[in-house]
Amino acid sequence: MDLEYGKRYEDFRQEARSFLERHRPEEGSTAISGSKRKKLVEWLSLQMEHGYWARTIPKEYGGYGAEPDLLETVIMDEEFNRAGMARGMSSQGASMLVPTLLEHGTEEQRKRWIGPTMRGEVMWCQGYSEPGSGSDLASLQTSAREDGDDFLISGQKIWTSTADKSEMIFILVRTEPDAPKHGGISYILLPMDTPGIEVQPLRTMSGDLGDNSFNQVFFTDVRVPQANVVGKRGEGWRIANTTLKHERNSLNANSEGTILKLIRLMERETSNGVSAMANPVFRDRLMKLQARSMAMKFHAMRMLTCSLKGEPPGVAGLITKLRNCQLNFDISSLAIDVMGELGALYDHTQYERDKGYWQSHSFFSLGLIIGGGTAQIQKNIISERGLGLPREPKPAKS
Amino acid sequence: MDFGLSEDQLMLDETIRSFLADRVPIEQVRKLRDEDCPNDRTIWQSLAELGVAGILVPEAQGGSELSMLDACLVAQALGHSVTPTPFIGSAVMVPIALRELDHPEIAGWLSGIATGEIAFGIAATEAFSVREEAGVHLEGDVLSGKAMMAWDACGADLILLPLGGDQLAVFRGNSAGLEKTKLVTTDTTRCTSELILEKVQPEAILPGASHAISQMLDAGRVALAADSLGACEAMIEQAVAYAKQRKQFDRLIGSFQAVKHMCAEMISELEPARSLVWYAAHSFDALPSEAPLMACHALSHVSEIGHEIASVSTQVHGGIGWTDEHNVHFWFKRIGVARGLLGGPGSLRERAAELQGLAKAS
Repeated sequence: MDLEYGKRYEDFRQEARSFLERHRPEEGSTAISGSKRKKLVEWLSLQMEHGYWARTIPKEYGGYGAEPDLLETVIMDEEFNRAGMARGMSSQGASMLVPTLLEHGTEEQRKRWIGPTMRGEVMWCQGYSEPGSGSDLASLQTSAREDGDDFLISGQKIWTSTADKSEMIFILVRTEPDAPKHGGISYILLPMDTPGIEVQPLRTMSGDLGDNSFNQVFFTDVRVPQANVVGKRGEGWRIANTTLKHERNSLNANSEGTILKLIRLMERETSNGVSAMANPVFRDRLMKLQARSMAMKFHAMRMLTCSLKGEPPGVAGLITKLRNCQLNFDISSLAIDVMGELGALYDHTQYERDKGYWQSHSFFSLGLIIGGGTAQIQKNIISERGLGLPREPKPAKS
Repeated sequence: MDFGLSEDQLMLDETIRSFLADRVPIEQVRKLRDEDCPNDRTIWQSLAELGVAGILVPEAQGGSELSMLDACLVAQALGHSVTPTPFIGSAVMVPIALRELDHPEIAGWLSGIATGEIAFGIAATEAFSVREEAGVHLEGDVLSGKAMMAWDACGADLILLPLGGDQLAVFRGNSAGLEKTKLVTTDTTRCTSELILEKVQPEAILPGASHAISQMLDAGRVALAADSLGACEAMIEQAVAYAKQRKQFDRLIGSFQAVKHMCAEMISELEPARSLVWYAAHSFDALPSEAPLMACHALSHVSEIGHEIASVSTQVHGGIGWTDEHNVHFWFKRIGVARGLLGGPGSLRERAAELQGLAKAS
């Protein structure tokens, strides 16, 4: 057990820190709509130039070209967090499409899309889920019929984040209707301004229609060249699974900062002149959550060590999403409880605490318990892949 | 950056676990519960020869002077096999306290601990919780009073006991004026007694021990958390194995989502708790400013998940898990009794809040 990073990495940390001191948060824009996009592109380009974003992507695709080094990534994330700035941007293009292209794309697809995607010039949305295909994603019905050198896509996608602001979509469609369920799917790239695409916003329970907007996307005979397929026709399921792996890895939110914010709220929040922190029931709940949060923090360190040593983490590597998402929801639940009746206030109304952070955080973390593989799907994965329990037998076809 | 076990630690873990699997199978634990005291001196002697008893004893006194993380791996293995031993008291808490203090007898006691010739009992309850007007006091140069819930006193050569204030007392297990009464607990793998002292002549009174006492309690809490963690691990293994073998409705019960989700919940709670216990153990040696808080959080958190795992694992076993004939109750009770020891989760969380200045110490 040695929790020191060593001199080389501490030097790297100092460089990152001084870069961030020279470039203050107002430049750390992550807004993607309208005129704010230009600022975002400038900021991401600057980070890429200094190797704080797209660090390990080869130079020929517009990256910084450094060797992959997990500790450098951890240090960059720690320092950007500490400075209250986003490192790069959390978008489905950067976190899911780019790794997929690096693994399965053609040379031309990589050269054309990776650089502009990482710089924020091209925004992507993900066309996976359908109204009838959620957890059972492979049952998707959106079809792509052959028409000369093109496909004609028809169907409907749902839960499509940022579809209204994206230039491009990566989509799963059924190209081989006669093939078995998993074997008939292809992974295709296409522009969102192609005729026949209609985007309808989908208001979530948080009422949010901002940068985290959800949408439904309707496709009616949308023409796309067959050359836009990533990998081979009919291999889309396998390719999407590498993408989903990247999505799960990106859901490792650290709750340490949220616990600190909750402590400050509980010290400040008073009822009948007594602070929430002086209430032993609230304090006990806080301590329970703090222990869970610490356990997840140290667990992340243990998983990082497994990656550094190239050791398979086993079942311990499968539980992070399940536990962290529930923990985040439980933290916001305590915050809302300590506000008493004022916990109801929302949408920038008078007396709202922490600018409505806790209500948004509660809605958002509930969404994350469901999104990216529901808690129940996670438990199937943990018990089947992690513990070797048998799969549920499929019901006989009627 | 290395948050994990070293090669030596993996080897230690493997050595202890294979020894326990061989020498203390569950049939042996079942036999030991019918003895007056479940602690078997020959098992403890063999463990001492493997270096377990002296794991925290300084090399100068013949110990192996390893880290708290090493001691926790042993505690975890002992919990995993529900082995009755005086490990947490005699090999963790007592050496941690004694090695901080200065007295001519201490070197001899530590080397006796390491060889297994001296087994210590410990009566620490009154250091954090006084009930039934218990408490032992020095009257002139002799000890009188009552200590409740003493550990491993039956076969103890020596007993360590915190007096009020900053003093520790050591006295012989067979002292004149000492009356030991066995207290039956739900967990038959631990030796628990009440001690009544009537003018007992101490071997030593150790003053200036307030830091030693708090170190001793923190060390005990981390080791106890590791013991329960090991017991939880064993309960999950048994539930999963049973779910892969038991059939109902013509299916393995492990193929029902209701059952497999119980198993997924248990393992998803266990693994982060393991990381928390490792960190708490590491902090005891390397990060002293964090250690008291981590000891409280580790034990209270493991107590909470342990409560759930012990219950859910038993439920996966169905009716047979509720019988005496099936063995799973040994682990259920080991975890259940540990929950109340060295503070209990409610008090430990209150102490965690106090340590961070979030609650006024009363």
